[in-house]
Amino acid sequence: MRPPHGPVRVRARGTLTLIGLSALPLAVLTVFFLLPLGGMLARGLWPDGELAPRAVLDVLSRPRVGRVVWFTAWSSAVATAIAVAVGLPVAYVLYRLRFRGRAVLRAAVLVPFVMPTVVVGVAFRQLLRDGGPLGALGLDHTPVAVIAGLVFFNVAVVVRTVGAAWEGLDSRPAEAAAALGATPWQVFRTVTLPTLRPAVVAAASVVFLFCATAFGVVLILGGVRYASVETEIYLLTTVIRDLPGAAALSLVQLAAVTVLLVVAGRTRRVADPTVTRHVADPRRPGRADAPQLVVMTVFAAFLSAPIGALVVQSLRVDGAWSLGHYRALGTTGSEGALVVPATQALANSLQTAIDATWIALLLGLLVSIVVTRRSRSRTERHVRSVLDAVFMLPLGVSAVTIGFGFLVTLGREPLDLRTWPLLVPIAQALVALPLVVRTLVPVLQGIDDRQRQAAASLGAGPLRSLLVVDLPVMWRPTLAAAGFCFAISLGEFGATSFLTRADHPTLPVVIVRLLGRPGEGNYGMALAASVVLAATTALVVLLVERLRVRSVGRW
Amino acid sequence: MLELDAVSVHYDGVPALSDADVRIEDGEVVAVLGPSGCGKSTLLRAVAGLEPLSAGRITWDGADLAGVPTHRRGFALMFQDGQLFAHLSVAANVGYALRLRRVPDRARRVADLLDLVGLAGYADRLPGTLSGGERQRVALARSMAAAPRALLLDEPLSALDAALRERLASDLRRILTESGTTTLLVTHDQEEAFALADRLVVLRGGRVVQQGSAREVWARPVDAETALFLGYARVLDGEPARRVLAALPQRQASPGTAGQVALRRSALVADATTVDAPGAAGLVGAVVSARATPDAVRLVVDVEGVGVLDAVSAAGVPAPGDRVRLRLDAARVALL
Amino acid sequence: MFVRALTRKAAAVTAVSALGITALSACSFVTEEGEASGTSEHVVLLTHGDFYLPEDLTETFEADTGYVLDVRPSDGVGDLANLVADEAGKPSGDVVFGVDSTFASRVLEAGAVAPFAGELPDGVADYALAGDDDGALVGVDSGNVCVNVDTAWFDAEGMTPPTTFADLTEPAYRGLFAIPGASTSSPGMAFLLGTIAEFGDDWSNYWADLMANDALVVNGWSDAYNVEFTAGEGGGDRPIVVSYDSSPAFTVADGATGTAALLDTCVRQVEYAGVLEGADNPEGAADLVEFLVSQEVQAALPESMYVFPTRAGVELPTDWATFAQRPSDPLMVDPAEIEANREDWLLEWTDVVSR
Repeated sequence: MRPPHGPVRVRARGTLTLIGLSALPLAVLTVFFLLPLGGMLARGLWPDGELAPRAVLDVLSRPRVGRVVWFTAWSSAVATAIAVAVGLPVAYVLYRLRFRGRAVLRAAVLVPFVMPTVVVGVAFRQLLRDGGPLGALGLDHTPVAVIAGLVFFNVAVVVRTVGAAWEGLDSRPAEAAAALGATPWQVFRTVTLPTLRPAVVAAASVVFLFCATAFGVVLILGGVRYASVETEIYLLTTVIRDLPGAAALSLVQLAAVTVLLVVAGRTRRVADPTVTRHVADPRRPGRADAPQLVVMTVFAAFLSAPIGALVVQSLRVDGAWSLGHYRALGTTGSEGALVVPATQALANSLQTAIDATWIALLLGLLVSIVVTRRSRSRTERHVRSVLDAVFMLPLGVSAVTIGFGFLVTLGREPLDLRTWPLLVPIAQALVALPLVVRTLVPVLQGIDDRQRQAAASLGAGPLRSLLVVDLPVMWRPTLAAAGFCFAISLGEFGATSFLTRADHPTLPVVIVRLLGRPGEGNYGMALAASVVLAATTALVVLLVERLRVRSVGRW
Repeated sequence: MLELDAVSVHYDGVPALSDADVRIEDGEVVAVLGPSGCGKSTLLRAVAGLEPLSAGRITWDGADLAGVPTHRRGFALMFQDGQLFAHLSVAANVGYALRLRRVPDRARRVADLLDLVGLAGYADRLPGTLSGGERQRVALARSMAAAPRALLLDEPLSALDAALRERLASDLRRILTESGTTTLLVTHDQEEAFALADRLVVLRGGRVVQQGSAREVWARPVDAETALFLGYARVLDGEPARRVLAALPQRQASPGTAGQVALRRSALVADATTVDAPGAAGLVGAVVSARATPDAVRLVVDVEGVGVLDAVSAAGVPAPGDRVRLRLDAARVALL
Repeated sequence: MFVRALTRKAAAVTAVSALGITALSACSFVTEEGEASGTSEHVVLLTHGDFYLPEDLTETFEADTGYVLDVRPSDGVGDLANLVADEAGKPSGDVVFGVDSTFASRVLEAGAVAPFAGELPDGVADYALAGDDDGALVGVDSGNVCVNVDTAWFDAEGMTPPTTFADLTEPAYRGLFAIPGASTSSPGMAFLLGTIAEFGDDWSNYWADLMANDALVVNGWSDAYNVEFTAGEGGGDRPIVVSYDSSPAFTVADGATGTAALLDTCVRQVEYAGVLEGADNPEGAADLVEFLVSQEVQAALPESMYVFPTRAGVELPTDWATFAQRPSDPLMVDPAEIEANREDWLLEWTDVVSR
């Protein structure tokens, strides 16, 4: 029998389900993100139990801070511009043209994005340092090296996001324009680019975000001289112990990130012309595609050069080819550089990644479902959009801030979690969470709610309709998101370096340790470990790419 | 003059267009007519320079167009649904080609063109706010603005509803003939083809099966399949064909090579009053069913020695079972 | 009727969430490890990443005392000092080793180290930290951070190597000097302190001159010595570098060293050990500190950690005795002054070098 107050009941139930489903992600986010963030900021802003905003202002007026903010802004802007400039032709080649080896290239382009920052830093230094293959260019210790590293990471974001939009772009307006006398360049400028603009803007804003909060790359390639806001927070926190300074910079970063996220969200909300997909048959490359193919080739070389240099150097022992550095991975390095063998660290990394993956998936699925279910009231819709934004925050908050926040809030009574084995996995899961959500939400949004209604009208309960309607569409993206998570967790360094226990290090932590230790063979061992780590993440990404999920890595 | 000389286009080795020979004189409007998948869009795209040829050549005034990219061919292409640039206003769409060429006094030209297509005052609208017919008009104006050597139309009216299609068809025909624009259009809709074109090219399975003036093609489809595609309801063979042929007025009864007869639905006019008239020409049959439509009373008649055929009633609504005499309307019969 | 349905629904939802939380804490793929600290069989040593002793020595310690030695390295000296200071009174280990003269005050001020009650051998007391009135920190080793020059390179170029801080800003030595960062490495910090001891308040002008003379600041000692220094492993192109007074003992070939430490630029660094206040195993901790100043460990220090012993009468390796010249009067900065100014100095320093 129907209850008398149907709509009321439905609304109350909707809100309750919303609360129930979001309870777990919210709890985790609160304890492991908001609390540490708050703890960190509190330490800086209330150094002696009293609010000291003067100190924050003083920090912001330091000349070095000005330079750091400026360097972060301009290097990120330049890196973003280059990533977009390179990413567009590459996206065109990989998503509009048809040629042998395209699938492999598409996957290969994605690999740098999940490469451990530490490895990329090492690889670029290997290439640029005095005596390296490009040492003669004198780019080591220059902003060029930092920007190159940032571009290396982020072109994949542009290629994936713009490529997915471009692939679904109707080619006929462009053909009509060509028939009206527009040269290929004019067609691109006046027809294609305006249509791709939402995707380009979304990609660019995310890339800028990633660049502006990059840690490992800037730390390794920028040295002492070129610091970003993120590395400066690290320096102020761990070395100088200037917590008000670090808190001030964290606030600056948080504000900037929030603004960027809002802007990115706006552009996402603009009607996406690519929603009505129309996957055009990719063409064979023609003469007119020569410029794009040249960019693609140069880019492929740019991607493989540092990796190549890394692999080659890892195989050289005392001027001869040898697997010696790889065999050394079973040891603790020379002069006791490590506490456990690198192989053990790899095992730790894999274990941690598995834990981080299931945590991120569990949270990500819950958040995605909560965010995409149709809202029955204005409040509900409002709550959902706020939730959506909140779970994106870890994307742009300094991993260092969170890592240090963990230490100061969770490392003492009443919440002493320092030795909790899930501490590191949870931190990594939070880092990967935005990506999981961004992968799943578009898929869930793509499911016509009427299908669920149809299932319900045929007598299927909510769980049943989830099984029948959502699951068949969701399993591939979920698997893909899992793979991505796994790869990100494997390479995560910023937060992990704070939290990992000395006797239970992950591989990136071990690589950094090896790099910093004198002693014969330690440097080579670091290179070998980097190659192993890179190969493992690459393998995972290649498997993900086999699943052909469009929304992975799309913003 | 646009000429296609033994043009073939293959996709991955599968032929989409084979050996097509087509000639379009200056100022002529030619329609390529064929069912979907017959290769007509491929033909159009090949002319536009959007598909590479596997064999043959396309020439303009004798000059080979191979290697000339789309934007240098000067053929404006207009798609089925207009393909207006959604981010540009109507005026900006129409003025697109003018802007590319930095033509002076664009605003006035755009206004003139909008006037020509009956959309004066629409300049600042965005394509998203227009109806299908308005969009096609804008697309036409945009194409005309380019002052193309030839206009390529891809199913220009198909996306529109019937009434709109008729109106736009006559406008389009007027604009094309008044401006003397050489036009190649492709369509699967024979009415669209007849309404717009001087000459028809019938394409099937990637091959040109017939071409000629609209009237010729209409009157003399090259084979049964073409006849059916052109809207003939039935194609008769053998004895029934001979009987129908015999019922035709003598001067028209020169049978085609296949000895077949194609009938449109209104080719037989039934008259119950003359059924028993002695010495009257034509066929006799019994009414199977009758249905009144706004235009005519449509009958299904079992014709003696021929079989069940469609017919229209000359007067009144005969009852099923009534015997009728059937007169043939020679203009609606084709001999194959 | 529907109220009950509603409550049941809410209960179910809550239960699912609770299950999830339980799952979070219970079903981990991470293998739970036994708690290493806290059991009396272990002695937990908190130290920095450069700590290394030959295995036979640590085995001797474990055999003699019956304790298991559990070494937990932090990355750098600063990290170690911060960790120990942060955990004062509730430490995650029993002993700290490796806080040096530049960071010792922080550990002391936090009250993280308990007074050491054991016996100290001759010589060790000479290295006691100024201001450590309770005798909490035990000096285990010492070394001097000095500017090193590649004498072979200077000979080959027909140039005279620099000898003083002031020389390093001379145009003749433009682009030849590699410095590990003060904010990123311990010798870098020591070198900064040396310039502060030498120039007083004028030190930042000196650094500005250094940078104007194209000195290169890199992350760590290894980057400077192994990558940039002409006589290092990587064969770099800068013949002047910040390193240790013992470094010339490592560039010996054919009975002679190719490098020299500039003894007028040396800053003394002492590394201290101490029993942590509130340690789970204070007896074991005291044993470990005594072990660190024992004859065997002190004799092994030069080879394993490139530092000089503090214990009197310990024999040095041959190359060290011959080639590692030690400054007679190294520069020093008062630990209390360091603790009071470290932050400002480092801020000013990062400012100068990144201008």
